[in-house]
Amino acid sequence: MNAAPASASGPLIRLEGITKIYGSGDAEVRALRGIDMDVNAGEFVAIMGPSGSGKSTAMNILGFLDKPTAGHYFFGGAAVDHLSRDQLALLRRNFLGFVFQGYNLLARTSALDNVELPLIYQGMAGTKRRQLAREALAKVGLEGREDHHPSQLSGGQQQRVAIARAIVTNPDVILADEPTGNLDTARSHEIMDLLTDLNRKDGITILMVTHEPDMAEYADRMVHFLDGLIESDSKNNKVASDAV
Amino acid sequence: MLYEAIRLALQAILRNAFRSFLTVLGIVIGVAAVIAMVTVGQGSTDQVEADVSTLGTNLLMIRPGQPSQGPGSGVGGSAASLTMKDVDAIEQQIASVAVAAPSNSRSMTAIFGNVNYTTTVTGTDNRYLTARDWDLASGRSFYESEQRTGSSACILGDTVRQKLFGNGDPLGASIRLKQIACRVIGTLEVKGASSFGTDQDDIILIPIKAFQRRISGNQDVSMIYASIRTGISTEKGKADIESLMRERRRIGPFEEDDFNVFDMKQITSMLTGITSVLTGLLSAVAAVSLLVGGIGIMNIMLVSVTERTREIGIRLAVGATESQVLLQFLVEAIVLSLIGGLIGIVLGLALGLLGSRLLSIPFAPDATIVLAAFLFSALVGILFGYFPARRAARMDPIEALRHQ
Repeated sequence: MNAAPASASGPLIRLEGITKIYGSGDAEVRALRGIDMDVNAGEFVAIMGPSGSGKSTAMNILGFLDKPTAGHYFFGGAAVDHLSRDQLALLRRNFLGFVFQGYNLLARTSALDNVELPLIYQGMAGTKRRQLAREALAKVGLEGREDHHPSQLSGGQQQRVAIARAIVTNPDVILADEPTGNLDTARSHEIMDLLTDLNRKDGITILMVTHEPDMAEYADRMVHFLDGLIESDSKNNKVASDAV
Repeated sequence: MLYEAIRLALQAILRNAFRSFLTVLGIVIGVAAVIAMVTVGQGSTDQVEADVSTLGTNLLMIRPGQPSQGPGSGVGGSAASLTMKDVDAIEQQIASVAVAAPSNSRSMTAIFGNVNYTTTVTGTDNRYLTARDWDLASGRSFYESEQRTGSSACILGDTVRQKLFGNGDPLGASIRLKQIACRVIGTLEVKGASSFGTDQDDIILIPIKAFQRRISGNQDVSMIYASIRTGISTEKGKADIESLMRERRRIGPFEEDDFNVFDMKQITSMLTGITSVLTGLLSAVAAVSLLVGGIGIMNIMLVSVTERTREIGIRLAVGATESQVLLQFLVEAIVLSLIGGLIGIVLGLALGLLGSRLLSIPFAPDATIVLAAFLFSALVGILFGYFPARRAARMDPIEALRHQ
């Protein structure tokens, strides 16, 4: 399970006929109605769609927070759709990083302690943990703010702490759910630049839900959800041409 | 991981310091009650034992009357009284008896000058001082001639001395016991109160001959003190005295004794038995308090888990397993109740010390009970912390992250 899935041949993520049904009978809600999607290592994918389109459900399944009702999920070539709660927790711990719209930092806890959190659950020793957490904070431009609590940081800075927490375990994938939803335009672009850097320089695969086309432009692939299905899946030519 | 859990637990507890304090109050009270009860109970047991040793642990008391009457009960109705011959026989014929002393007591008013004081007048002889291992503070004991003729010489207990003479010198003074004039020849050392509530120093000793002739008007001896030689058990001494007395009083093999031999050790074990029953009952009450305290902890832990739903969601999202979240909240409950236990131990020892001082008994903290209280509070934490912790561990991370 701890073998790096990125080393496996084929796509890093493969969804086959993923269906998610909530409730039953008349109250049945078909959030996902058979999703097929491949994501290769190193891709930066923007997931878009109106609310209720199933994009959040898809993100939860992609992030090992939820299990599909039917279909198959291969991560690094291994089927992960029938793993136990704890096995999924281990996958999250070792291969994923989460960035949320509301930052989801622990209140009244220093930036450093927040970033250390995933490493605690990996069982890493204190000194090594603090060193990695400092490095991660430095990487997101928050040197010298290690002891600040979330309430002492701006929204943009809090989101940087959250990104530091996401990357401190050196993950394969970052799942970002509306990462700029609570930020003003200038701050949003800073965060997107940071994510783009992590994607380009560190090769971290990024899956990002957003409803802002401006932010989606940073991705090199856009997937549109509608009514529980993928409506469109296209390369972002603009970014591709930039890269050339 | 355990170290991290303890660190997190302390953080969470200190973050809500006042609420945490209120939460553990039940444990504090329960543990403090147990510790205080047991400390005071043990102290009073020690006190009883110490009292008995001032009476003399090797002391037997022989009284006429049916058995199973306490030392304070009246002389048995029809039973023949004891005599000086019995005293001599016990002392001379029983090898295990070191010394036997007669005793005949009556409550009387002693008068000196214009001071009246009601005390116990005991007719006896010098062997009483030996049997009870009681020294003189001043003056002298009875002369043989005084004992033989029954002249009116008296030795004062310390309480009587103080009441009648204050700081004055009583030696050579003449006090009145009813119509009898009595010359003070000595004073006794302070013996202190006994556990039976009597002031042992509230006593006047006079020769038994004088008591019999001028106070009781007969030749009876109401009680014999017999001290057993060191190295011989009081049980052996008691058996020896019983067989001698049965013989002397011509009691048939199938008849019951018409006299009673009290062993101070038996009285001690009876009193300590009562103390331990009381301690047990009070400890049961305290255990109920601990149970209530545990429920308090469970309640607050459930509130805490609900309040921290989002935090739990974050922890699960970054990869905490169920057992890691369970451990965190379980450790928090245990640390919480251990803090309560520690405060309770300190408070209980303080109350025990205070109680011991107030009751003027020895302060006797019991390490076993302190350790048991500590472990029990940990157990309360585990029992009542498990359910809230499991609730935290089983949360759905998506729901938890969505929680406001």
